[in-house]
Amino acid sequence: MGFVVSIAVWASDGELIQRLRDGDEAAFVSLVNSYSAPLLRLAQAMVQSDAVAEEVVQETWLGVLTGIGRFEGRSSLKTWLFKILTNRAKTRLVRERRTIPVSTLELGDQADESAVDPGRFLPASHPQWPGHWASPPMPWSMGPEGIILDREAMAVLRCGLEALPRAQRMVVALRDVHGWPSAQVCAALDVSEANQRVLLHRGRSRLRAVLENYFDESDRENRKLDTGCNAPSIRGTTEQER
Amino acid sequence: MNDNKTTDLACKELVEIITDYLEGTLPATDRVRFEAHIQTCPGCREYLEQMRTTIRVTGYLDVESLSPRTRDQLLRTFRRWKESSSRP
Repeated sequence: MGFVVSIAVWASDGELIQRLRDGDEAAFVSLVNSYSAPLLRLAQAMVQSDAVAEEVVQETWLGVLTGIGRFEGRSSLKTWLFKILTNRAKTRLVRERRTIPVSTLELGDQADESAVDPGRFLPASHPQWPGHWASPPMPWSMGPEGIILDREAMAVLRCGLEALPRAQRMVVALRDVHGWPSAQVCAALDVSEANQRVLLHRGRSRLRAVLENYFDESDRENRKLDTGCNAPSIRGTTEQER
Repeated sequence: MNDNKTTDLACKELVEIITDYLEGTLPATDRVRFEAHIQTCPGCREYLEQMRTTIRVTGYLDVESLSPRTRDQLLRTFRRWKESSSRP
């Protein structure tokens, strides 16, 4: 389909819907360009394989074409898209006789997950500084601009993201990779603001630790040239969660 | 700022409310405690900086999207849909 300046960025939902009903191909392409990546991200979290996830996204777009005539615009276009996707994925899971895992967005069993290894803080019994840093974070050898250009660091970060528990991964990906505001993420994933924030917190905290670990290792000149995910892959994680 | 303010909030607690702080959802009194702590604690200042860096660089991860084959199929489907629902 090539690159098309994204209409979805500037057109209102109403305009887009009308253009789609009129059979405007550019409007369709633009929507597909804007939303396929986050839709795919959500689908991957719900179904077993990336191939099936891609099919689910494709079915979602077909659902859009068949449903656009009846869409009343009571929810936003984005929310509607995500509802279709969630339904398609669920149908798929039922067809394949799998339990529906999309209470994915529950907080999981790590209810007391710490942002930082508790061993890095002084004990609560410490006379002067209870709960303060015993082993404070050390400055990293590069700032954000450097990290963005460091392919190895970015590969490590990518692995870290894929290794996050499913619900955390979805929230961090939509918020921080796709740049969605929290209200949209909550609507699309049907999760409360508070739970979204907990998931975001845990996911971001883990990613910070991943980068910290990377910089610790590279400081020790220990860094391995092969950054292939040491962390479990998406599928690996999904399997473990089942 | 003084040490009393710092001890008011332990570093261990600060790292757990940091997302609420960054999201702007921390109640005002906690925000004051948070900022007072940051003023006097280099470790937490560094931690906050690292969280901000993490968020920023995560935004530069490549976005995975549909394969070209699927996109082509979609476009063909769209054209068929347009013909079949063809207006007069």
